[in-house]
Amino acid sequence: MLKIHDATRKFGGLTAVNQVSFGVDAQEILGVIGPNGAGKTTFFNLVSGAIPLSSGQIVFNGVNTGGMAPHRIAHLGIGRTFQIVRPFGELTVLENAMAGIGSRFCTNFVRSLGLYQRRLHLDEARELLSRTHLLPYQNETARNLPLGLLRRLEIARALALRPKLILLDESFSGLSHKEAASLVDLVRELRRDGMTVLLIEHNMQITMDLCDRLVVLDRGQKIAEGLPASVRNDERVIAAYLGNDD
Amino acid sequence: MFDDYTVTILIMMAVWSIVTLGLNVITGFAGQFNLGIGVYMGTGAYVSAMLTTQAGFGFWSAMPLAIVAAAMMGALTGLPALRVREDSLAVLTIGLVFVFESLLVYLPYFGGPVGISRIPRATFAGVPLTNNGYLVIALLALAAAIGICWYVKRSWLGLALESVREDEHATSVIGIYPARFKLYAFTIGAALAGLGGVIYTHFIRFISPYDFGFMPSIYVLVMLVFGGIGTIRGAVFGACLLTMLPELIRFVQDYRNLMYGCVLVLLMLYQPRGLLGSDSFVWLQLLRAKNSLRLFFTNGRSYAQNS
Repeated sequence: MLKIHDATRKFGGLTAVNQVSFGVDAQEILGVIGPNGAGKTTFFNLVSGAIPLSSGQIVFNGVNTGGMAPHRIAHLGIGRTFQIVRPFGELTVLENAMAGIGSRFCTNFVRSLGLYQRRLHLDEARELLSRTHLLPYQNETARNLPLGLLRRLEIARALALRPKLILLDESFSGLSHKEAASLVDLVRELRRDGMTVLLIEHNMQITMDLCDRLVVLDRGQKIAEGLPASVRNDERVIAAYLGNDD
Repeated sequence: MFDDYTVTILIMMAVWSIVTLGLNVITGFAGQFNLGIGVYMGTGAYVSAMLTTQAGFGFWSAMPLAIVAAAMMGALTGLPALRVREDSLAVLTIGLVFVFESLLVYLPYFGGPVGISRIPRATFAGVPLTNNGYLVIALLALAAAIGICWYVKRSWLGLALESVREDEHATSVIGIYPARFKLYAFTIGAALAGLGGVIYTHFIRFISPYDFGFMPSIYVLVMLVFGGIGTIRGAVFGACLLTMLPELIRFVQDYRNLMYGCVLVLLMLYQPRGLLGSDSFVWLQLLRAKNSLRLFFTNGRSYAQNS
């Protein structure tokens, strides 16, 4: 469903993402791994439209997303979360979820004038929160929540637009063992509901356990791709992580 | 009903409340810095004054045109906000208000530095209104402004504005185009400030460019910050209190700038959300008092929260 052809992004003299190509199948959980500075987050920013491609193509369900603004890519069905969480801090948890639902109404001025505190919409927002186990916190101000809950809140907010593909940028980092385990369950649930998941993760145990396939980036280039077990034993991957003595 | 002095204060309280509500839409709801709200108030005031003194319009037919002109000015000056953010935007809006004031001063067409005088009174059914009658109109305009803000805050539009204020990039990633909503905020806020300008013009009946320059714009910002930025009650409370205070206390009038400055410094240090902002000391005490009263009247049975 997502095809990446020679995606390249240069920042001045630095090539952060260098001719990366691979495909993602529908309902797949694909992990993007690699050492720090490998270009993983830059790659996610290219897919979500936060920064434009220098060259190459990203095609989502047959639509070339090159040059599209992030909000248009979101409406195509790509949701994302951030490595450094970006909740709407002054709004409550419920309002954060409502804001996500609001993106369906904010496509033109007249529609955006609808009142949002309707039972129908509140129920939908609470449904999103209950899926992400945030319902007990619905009236809390988002900035008062701990990191684990904010990571789930970002997922809830992204789910509001009913995405077909969701990008999780280190959603597991900084979580307790228990929090991470419940998030793993949530990701599996999302896939069962027909969603495709692309995730960046440093925790090897989680990626090996959760992902169907892995793509390994190092210094902007794709150095390996395949099943978790085979990637783990790939010489180039081991060299990238541990360094080689040449 | 009231003597002229009291009516004047009440009308000015309504005028500044409306303008502050306008700034609240731009800066409070959408988080876009604006130190030049005088531009929109002045556009409303000048268009209405020109139309009634030179083009033979009446108060009621000039008002909608003046508001539309102010809204257009808002959309136009909102365009830079699509590229410039936060502190740069604040500086840019200071520039805009100086340009606006200077243009009015230098262009004789707008009356130059002496401004426009002999602006007609508002009429109702062909009869010029007394001050008491005009107070009714000012209060109706204020009620309309509050109604509009109340509605915006509860609409998807208002939620999107607050999302933009909190995090622009996160807003775009969930599928909302921030630029579009910034422009809406500037347009709606400017229209409200323009309405305030119209009400001001036909009451004072003499306007000069300096009435809508940098200092008045800053006063409006002080009113908003003082009352509680981002809230409707705060905007109205701040504007009313800071309009009334110099009249009530002679000392305050003589040292207006000194007092406003000190108030700003102290508020930012101890109550950055303003006196009636959410989470502010006074507001939390009021909520607590309300809850105690409610418990008292229901014999200790607390209400079930509907959520």
